[in-house]
Amino acid sequence: MAKDEIQRTYRLIGTRPDRPDGLDKVTGRARYGADVSAPGMLHGAVLRSPHAHARILRIDASKALALPGVKAVVTRADFPTGLTGEDWNLQENTIAGEVALYDGHAVAAVAATSRLIAQDALRLIAVDYEILPHVTDVDAAMRPDAPAIRPGAADHSVPEGLHPNVVKYIDFGHGDLEAGFAAADLVREQSYTTEATHQGYIEPHACLGQLGADGKGEMWVCTQGHWYIRRMAAAVLGIEAAQLRVTPSEIGGGFGGKTTIFIEPLALALSRKAGGRPVKMVMSRAEVFRATGPTASAAMKVRIGMKKDGTLTAGQAEFRMQGGAFPGAPVSSALYCAFASYAIPAVAHVGYDVLTNRPKCAAYRAPGSPMAAFAVESLIDEMCRELGLDPLEVRLKNAVREGTKSSYGPTYGPIGLVQSLQAAQAHPNLSVPLGPNQGRGVAAGFWFNHGGETSVSLAIGEDGTVTVSVGTPDIGGSRASIALMTAETLGIAYENVRVNVVETGALGVNEPTHGSRATFASGKAAVIAARHAIAEMCRRAAAAWGIDPEAVDWQDGAAVPAGPNAGKFPPMPIAEIAARMGSTGGPISGHHEVTAGGVGASFGVHVVDVEVDPETGRTTVLRYLVVQDAGRAIHPAYVEGQYQGGAAQGIGWALNEEYIHDAEGRLLNPVFLDYRVPVASDLPMIDTVIVEVPNPGHPYGVRGVGETGITPPLPALANAIAAATGARLRSLPMSPPKVLAAIRAQRGG
Amino acid sequence: MRYHRPESFEDAVAIAAGSGGTTRFLAGGTDVLVQLRAGLVTPDDLIDLKHIPGVAEIVRTADGGWRIGIAVTGAQMGRHADLVRDWPGVVEGMQLVGSTQVQGRATPVGNLCNGSPAADSVPGLVAAGARVDILGPGGPRSLAVEEVPTGPGRTTLRPGEIITAITLPPRGAQAGDAYLRFTPRTEMDIAVVGVAVNLRLDGERIAAARIALGAVAPTVLLADAAAAAIIGTPLDDAALTALATAATAAANPISDKRGTADFRKEITGVLVRRAARIAYDRVQARTGIQQGEDK
Ligand SMILES: Cc1cc2nc3c(=O)[nH]c(=O)nc-3n(C[C@H](O)[C@H](O)[C@H](O)COP(=O)(O)OP(=O)(O)OC[C@H]3O[C@@H](n4cnc5c(N)ncnc54)[C@H](O)[C@@H]3O)c2cc1C
Repeated sequence: MAKDEIQRTYRLIGTRPDRPDGLDKVTGRARYGADVSAPGMLHGAVLRSPHAHARILRIDASKALALPGVKAVVTRADFPTGLTGEDWNLQENTIAGEVALYDGHAVAAVAATSRLIAQDALRLIAVDYEILPHVTDVDAAMRPDAPAIRPGAADHSVPEGLHPNVVKYIDFGHGDLEAGFAAADLVREQSYTTEATHQGYIEPHACLGQLGADGKGEMWVCTQGHWYIRRMAAAVLGIEAAQLRVTPSEIGGGFGGKTTIFIEPLALALSRKAGGRPVKMVMSRAEVFRATGPTASAAMKVRIGMKKDGTLTAGQAEFRMQGGAFPGAPVSSALYCAFASYAIPAVAHVGYDVLTNRPKCAAYRAPGSPMAAFAVESLIDEMCRELGLDPLEVRLKNAVREGTKSSYGPTYGPIGLVQSLQAAQAHPNLSVPLGPNQGRGVAAGFWFNHGGETSVSLAIGEDGTVTVSVGTPDIGGSRASIALMTAETLGIAYENVRVNVVETGALGVNEPTHGSRATFASGKAAVIAARHAIAEMCRRAAAAWGIDPEAVDWQDGAAVPAGPNAGKFPPMPIAEIAARMGSTGGPISGHHEVTAGGVGASFGVHVVDVEVDPETGRTTVLRYLVVQDAGRAIHPAYVEGQYQGGAAQGIGWALNEEYIHDAEGRLLNPVFLDYRVPVASDLPMIDTVIVEVPNPGHPYGVRGVGETGITPPLPALANAIAAATGARLRSLPMSPPKVLAAIRAQRGG
Repeated sequence: MRYHRPESFEDAVAIAAGSGGTTRFLAGGTDVLVQLRAGLVTPDDLIDLKHIPGVAEIVRTADGGWRIGIAVTGAQMGRHADLVRDWPGVVEGMQLVGSTQVQGRATPVGNLCNGSPAADSVPGLVAAGARVDILGPGGPRSLAVEEVPTGPGRTTLRPGEIITAITLPPRGAQAGDAYLRFTPRTEMDIAVVGVAVNLRLDGERIAAARIALGAVAPTVLLADAAAAAIIGTPLDDAALTALATAATAAANPISDKRGTADFRKEITGVLVRRAARIAYDRVQARTGIQQGEDK
């Protein structure tokens, strides 16, 4: 039944039915992380370091424990010792050991009979700190006088003579760089910086954890990946993974930030200490900002060679990134993405992963790629202007296509960058005339996408309706897409398929919904699981008809004789087979598990028009276009939603979002009032064009679409602002004071 | 914490004066409840003023001005066509507070008494020459709006004193006002600078002006020198330049997470020119309409 060729016409794929979780979400019935409660539940709260870097001399919780209603206090002393590698990093980030490494680092946690008592108890815990010198900027952290945050944390990749805060060094490339630059008519080098930004999910982290003295536990949690929570929490607590059952709630956004642990092991440790009573923990927004993963901040130097006709001859990138007090800034993926959109004969990349006194960075939508795009796509734009070339034409001229060897190694399969550039050129937004102080910017972007460990089960119900069990939490409409693909494969109605996101006990290991993989990987596994069920249903029909199973086909939701030679039998619909399955051999189901391969990369092109107030430096986004290759848009509305969401987050990152620290390294803006993500009225309706170059690695041609969309906005905005004002901004955010200063400098110079 | 729901200002004053501890009045609650949840204040007595008869009304006074009750919300002001016609600048200050949802609760009195230098409705009220009526244990008194705040979170109200209404003077002919603020976002943001301008013309020329600057000093500033720079002029380019210079000089901002002192001064000059222009154009439009109605 395997299809060699990707089908082109579909009954359901490409339609836009209501999402199955929609009604629950708009009526408030959906249960998010903080909505779960249990009998006998306690409330947890976390005491956090008020210092950016401080040695913990003493923690005295005796007064807190004496407060009526307080049932447990945990510190690092309640966690096992001897962890290594990333497990140690996770444990250290969950609760500080000898040193608090950033403002907001957890130092102790309390469980009490009410949230208010828990909060009061925090104030009764006495901690003596010895304040240490701190550093929050990546370049400052590499200077000789910077405090060494964790001497010995560097791995073997780091050359001698670098500051101990440099924990990883990367160096790769191909081609003859000197020859490449020599062949260019124009060589330019510039430096760029981007700020750390938070994923800004609306739902703060929340969980309910229960752990007994026997090491058996349960957890309900808002997460992108409950097997990750299970593995990480078990490692940090020293318990067995299989004894911890983790159930995901609905999720109010994650964007990569909910693929790791923060409060989860604390809730379990408190529960264990409180005699196994369940403990609920819900972060405040300030805790989310101070202690959960933003993305890295970056300092970047890029050098590019271009011929007069726009041909790129060489590219060189040096990226320095800080990802907080732990290794893990996405510097490798940033470098892999830097020149991934272009066929350049010679490229060289160097990267530094640097420790600072900031929270441990977490994944954020296409980790590293937006920063890389900001530097490379800005410089290409600048060079196009200098040479009087059309920026879209130059990108088309150099664009990677099927068969191009990528800047980071692999050779591309079928990809859609050329088609996306052409679709952008053809879009009506490109011919809207611009007025004074207005400018248009374009940029391209790339993300690899990911397959990953996947396990899916599908079961036929007694009435012929179908349940699909997946392990990837639904963040952006994946249940709708998986139901569409399953129904398409089985030849039944979309409404007859229910997709459930199930707990860790119900399936094999699933990686989180990350890497734009849920619709790709769980979808692919669901289709294969459906094919297994179809094969079994064909066998049941064959047995009933007394013919060979090979002589049965599946058509429009029913078993049919494969041809005239098979015999004359009326179609046997799924409902009929299901009604009798108990007496024909038992339940019918399908299952598939795999580390999904066949991933297809997604390219995108954004075009933005802005108006800049020359007297205040304030940028208004007038028009915004996202063009991106989806491979196949299973549910186009949710593909468009991903495109628009990526653009909206990128616009915030480009224009206003930043972490503001005081001189002591404390975060001054841990609230949405002062951490300025765009609000609805800041954005125009974002126009989208879905390009479809099917991915041969997926039965319906799907490539992931979730991440690429955040990649082009940073440079697209910078290029538009440059077009509007003549001033080139190479440092994010492009907030009004900085734009105004750049306009002034431009006029003065 | 004790919650009270008095039905007269006299009762409210008695409760407030009798409280030994921290008191807060509850109007819209969009400051108080947020501060309470964040643990910034935990009042001993929380006195809800919304159930006192008449507090949610906007009424025309005998002299032709307006009396705005202490529970009147921003949304209510925006829907009041006559008030909007007389004092568009006062109303637009409240209309910038938060979002549609916040404006359904937030009041100008709460905005004033919260004591934020960046409060959006205060510059417009100061420029308008608005006053507040006060009742306290020592009896009633009245203050100009600019006399109420003394610094971030502080006011001249004495223990037990309550504002019972805001009054706006009669608008009169050939007059108009405007409020502008600068924020990086379109809404849900705090003013980096706010500027209100209130003008009266005599023909083409400005006969009287009051200019108030927000978020550039510990309290909203009444910038007399800026007003003087345009009085007697037809708001030509020279006058606008002089106005910007005077307003920028009057501004005395700090640098904080929301903006540097230099940027705030610079923006003060930009906004004051723009707000003056809007107010001036409103006078002319209003005068045009009135003349049309007279015919
Ligand atoms: C999401 C959000 C966005 C916001 N955006 C803005 C904004 O853009 N601009 C802005 O200026 N503000 C903003 N605010 C702050 C707030 O909404 C305003 O200050 C509002 O006008 C306060 O009015 P209230 O009626 O809610 O006051 P309340 O919270 O009820 O009271 C505020 C203070 O006034 C005192 N008080 C109330 N009534 C009286 C009285 N009759 N006599 C004496 N004292 C009294 C109270 O004791 C309290 O200290 C925002 C708030 C939120 C939550």
